[in-house]
Amino acid sequence: MEFSKSPAVRVGLSIAVATGLYGVSFGALSVASGLDLWQTMALSLLLFSGGSQFAFIGVVGGGGSGVAAMSASGLLGIRNAVYGMQMNAMVRPRGWKRFAAAQVTIDESTATATGQSEPLEQRRGFWVAGLGIYVLWNLFTLVGALVGNAIGDPAQWGLDGAAVAAFLGLLWPRLKAREPAAIAVVCAMVTLLAVPFAPAGVPILVAAAVAGVVGWFSHGPAREGLEPDVDPYSSEGK
Amino acid sequence: MNLWLWILIACVVAYLTKLAGYLVPAKVMENPQMTRVAGTLTIGLLASLTAVNTFSTGQVLVVDARLAALVAAGVALWLRAPFLVVVLAGAAAAAVARLLGAA
Repeated sequence: MEFSKSPAVRVGLSIAVATGLYGVSFGALSVASGLDLWQTMALSLLLFSGGSQFAFIGVVGGGGSGVAAMSASGLLGIRNAVYGMQMNAMVRPRGWKRFAAAQVTIDESTATATGQSEPLEQRRGFWVAGLGIYVLWNLFTLVGALVGNAIGDPAQWGLDGAAVAAFLGLLWPRLKAREPAAIAVVCAMVTLLAVPFAPAGVPILVAAAVAGVVGWFSHGPAREGLEPDVDPYSSEGK
Repeated sequence: MNLWLWILIACVVAYLTKLAGYLVPAKVMENPQMTRVAGTLTIGLLASLTAVNTFSTGQVLVVDARLAALVAAGVALWLRAPFLVVVLAGAAAAAVARLLGAA
């Protein structure tokens, strides 16, 4: 099939635009959390995993330490190791391409690839979504950081409310059954109980420990919670 | 400078995590328990981050304009709005609540 007519390329490009655009919110929230322009860009260029980036700035913005921010970000990135294993089997990158593939292994590129059935289309979907999001996410992070720098007091514009909405938006698609919803409620309660007693950032790690223990000992579907932040197929006509 | 250090460590950790999936023998990672923990960790952390960003200021629990943002975002998600619209709805709700006198 021709590259330009490939369904995987179309899905990949549309999800790249949808995901890339919300780099604006990351850039603006990052400078509102106290990071400078270069620190914000370092996270998008080098870390490149939306949930982990939001986690890092969320902890810093709440007054947490660097080590707590790094821990929350690192734990939230563990799912990328699972994606990496799947993509290694599906895309089969060789040589230096493997190192590039690792960097663009995120929720959306994995979802785009796994949504295709032919091996060629799976590879195209992965690379078009992964590289497309990488370019647009960084471009729009820059736009958001510059806009955020220009607008002054972040509270006046409700940017702290934007952070709340962003986290709920990342959580929402993962709550399709009763058990993940129960895990979410328990972890939110544990966090709020810990807030008065632990330094900022630590309650998040306590909740992570609870979630990890639940995952280790319970027997629900293995892929629970591993949903892309943006559904690759929601904008596709049937 | 200290923050820069943790940013760079976070970036290295993130990259090595992704790379691990490509380098580790398939059998180690195919363990469904590992996949499951990755999933529940993601849910737990995002729920925790939502709670902290809505209800805490440092080590104090507070109810303020951010609750309006949480409700507005929930409604937008219920209506299947795209992510960027959800974020804008949250910001607008918090800004309006503050104009109306919420802390």
